[in-house]
Amino acid sequence: MITAVLQFAQVGAGATLIQTLVKALALGSVYVLIALGFVIIFKATQVLNFAAGALSMAGAMFMTILISDGGFPLLPFANPLAPAEGETAGIVLFFVHVLIALALAAILGLVIERVAIRPMVGQPLFAMAVITLGIEIAIRPFNLDATALEGRQLGVPWGANSWDWGGAVVPKSYLVAVIVAAIAGVSVLFFFRTKLGVAMRAVAFDQEAAMAQGINVGRVFAIAWAMGTALAALGAIVYGMAPFPPGGSVSQEIHPLLALRVLPVIVLGGLDSVAGAIYGGLIIATAEVFAGQYLSQWNSTLGSGYSTIVPYLVMLFMLLVKPYGLFGTPEIRRV
Amino acid sequence: MAFNRPLLRTSYEQDAAIFPSYTQKGMAAVFGVVLVLMGLGAPYISAVPEFFLGATWINPITNMLPLAIAALGINILVGVTGQVSLGHAFFMGVGAYTAVALGGNGDEWQACVPFHEEIGLLEERGQCGLGLPIWVWLPFSGAVAAAVGILVSPAAMKVRGLYLAIVTVGLVFIGLHLGRMFPEYAGDFESGRKWPTLDFKLWKEETPLIEFTEDGTWFGLIHLSEEQKQYFLLMALLGGFILLAKNLVRSRTGRALQAIRDRDIAAEVMGVPEFQYKRLGFAISSFYAGIGGALWGSYLGRRSPVDWSLFLSVDFIAIILIGGAGTIAGTMLGAVFVELTPEVVKHRTEWLAEQIDASNIFTPVANFLLTTGESGDFGPINIGTVAPGWTMSVFQWNFVIYGVLIVIFLIFEPLGLYGIWIKIRNYWKRWPFSY
Repeated sequence: MITAVLQFAQVGAGATLIQTLVKALALGSVYVLIALGFVIIFKATQVLNFAAGALSMAGAMFMTILISDGGFPLLPFANPLAPAEGETAGIVLFFVHVLIALALAAILGLVIERVAIRPMVGQPLFAMAVITLGIEIAIRPFNLDATALEGRQLGVPWGANSWDWGGAVVPKSYLVAVIVAAIAGVSVLFFFRTKLGVAMRAVAFDQEAAMAQGINVGRVFAIAWAMGTALAALGAIVYGMAPFPPGGSVSQEIHPLLALRVLPVIVLGGLDSVAGAIYGGLIIATAEVFAGQYLSQWNSTLGSGYSTIVPYLVMLFMLLVKPYGLFGTPEIRRV
Repeated sequence: MAFNRPLLRTSYEQDAAIFPSYTQKGMAAVFGVVLVLMGLGAPYISAVPEFFLGATWINPITNMLPLAIAALGINILVGVTGQVSLGHAFFMGVGAYTAVALGGNGDEWQACVPFHEEIGLLEERGQCGLGLPIWVWLPFSGAVAAAVGILVSPAAMKVRGLYLAIVTVGLVFIGLHLGRMFPEYAGDFESGRKWPTLDFKLWKEETPLIEFTEDGTWFGLIHLSEEQKQYFLLMALLGGFILLAKNLVRSRTGRALQAIRDRDIAAEVMGVPEFQYKRLGFAISSFYAGIGGALWGSYLGRRSPVDWSLFLSVDFIAIILIGGAGTIAGTMLGAVFVELTPEVVKHRTEWLAEQIDASNIFTPVANFLLTTGESGDFGPINIGTVAPGWTMSVFQWNFVIYGVLIVIFLIFEPLGLYGIWIKIRNYWKRWPFSY
């Protein structure tokens, strides 16, 4: 934190503002990705996915295993696409690996949906949420064991390189985060226009009525979990790129808590609103980054790392004004 | 009252009684005697926990007792009032830090500068604490936690269901940050600070009236070890709080809370003021959490801010869901199950490790499951000091077991351990007839 302040002290106020804005946009992109994962799962299956932390980190783990180890341990075949030892993959190859990791994460989501969520259909919402807490607890040790203390490298081709925009230092990873989130967000919006997406919206609106129309609700559930897990994993991978805090790796300390930091985002936007996830992610990230930048002179008063609780404070005040978020559907209370 | 069949009630008084039948009264009495004899180390009876937990079985059991007190609180909030909270660890922390501010040994109040100027070695910095005795800090830790519960309840009142769960998650993170902000109270963020002991003093005298931290003879009557003294103290407190919770649930207040759980609008239509009773539910639950947190800190002696994390809250949700939400017996079963299962697994793994060299029928099992870290030795559980590849330690496997158990219980037995007991009881109720 102190080094960051010194670094910014040398550039002008305008450049600082640009840097802060880009950082807010990049962090917002990560939040949007993970929040979209939450929202798709909640919309289709009415499950608040507390396992998102472990699942997103597992996706990032798949990525590091594929690209750093060149294949999974205990499996007889290696990853043929993996870069040679000591080298980083090219940009195209890197994104191919990202896609493979997302596919693996989606498969993990499918398995979890089939094993733990499907038998619980019709149970109280809270019981379903606690099931996902159980999944989180059960998967987390594997993640932590695999990352070990020093973390695992993601092998990002552009590393921590940055551009110089008239004095403002803009890391390349920030732009990648924004582009990836934009592509994912637009894809999700388009997905809801396809036949399957319409089916998902119908299921979200009324499960029984959707079933009566011949929609395979089980399949919609499975696809929602696959998509939700893959999006969360994408968020974790993007967050693993420098100069986001772990610095180019998957870390034992930061990644498990990443999804919990997104909870204020989905509350702010509304649990079941895609637009809410996008606006919420950008608003919360802006508040967090700007508080971290412009209140840093009171660092000793506020306590180090105060910016990480800004989202929760925004959430608490927001709830007093709008209890169901900006775009959430208010619950109709009946006797 | 009679020796009657389960659930057969002949009067309202009987229905509202703590023990509706002689059978239950007798069972409770026998259970109490067994717990006392177990604490005294009676032969045969203390062999049971020794089998599961090893020779130092009294430590994990005593550690469980303050958590069981806090679990009574979450049962009142989630099980009885129906308000889902993941913020129980926060309220435990509030109680615990009240205890350490009132009872902990610190410098004079002048040392408590509200904001620290620079981050130094915090152990060397002044820490706040008035050094007051347990009969001051224990009630206060509950009262302050309850007051904080009342303070946050307006925000919690606005939202319901899953939104409430997320809001309370936010509370835990804000609490963690407060622990980072006030090292005068919380100590170093990683290593924490010392809590007041459980010794009963009249005021600040040197030799306490009743000692709980050294082996010794109590009132010239009975010789007890330190562990046994703490076991009896916490067991007695737990017993008192169980009685309190039971009386609360069977009174007018308890019925009002249950009405709100079952359908809040309907309860309001029937004349139960929703807001007031929800606030009361929060206050009572936080009171229990504060007491439990203070006792837990005092029993363990040293806690750090990171100990009051979200995982502690999840533990409590797991306790009431695995035990059986809404029932006190279920909460106790859940506390025993959730807190002691990891210890049982740990002890039995240590035992299994000894079987590798013993060459008996367990040796192949041990060889299959355990790895000592040598090359060519393959097993999922690592007991060596170095972790070879992808094996995990018992500590990590315990988390996996815990998570899987939560999933299994919720899928196959939503009513928890208490539900299993009900099933067994109902089977024998009509025995030997099929219906």
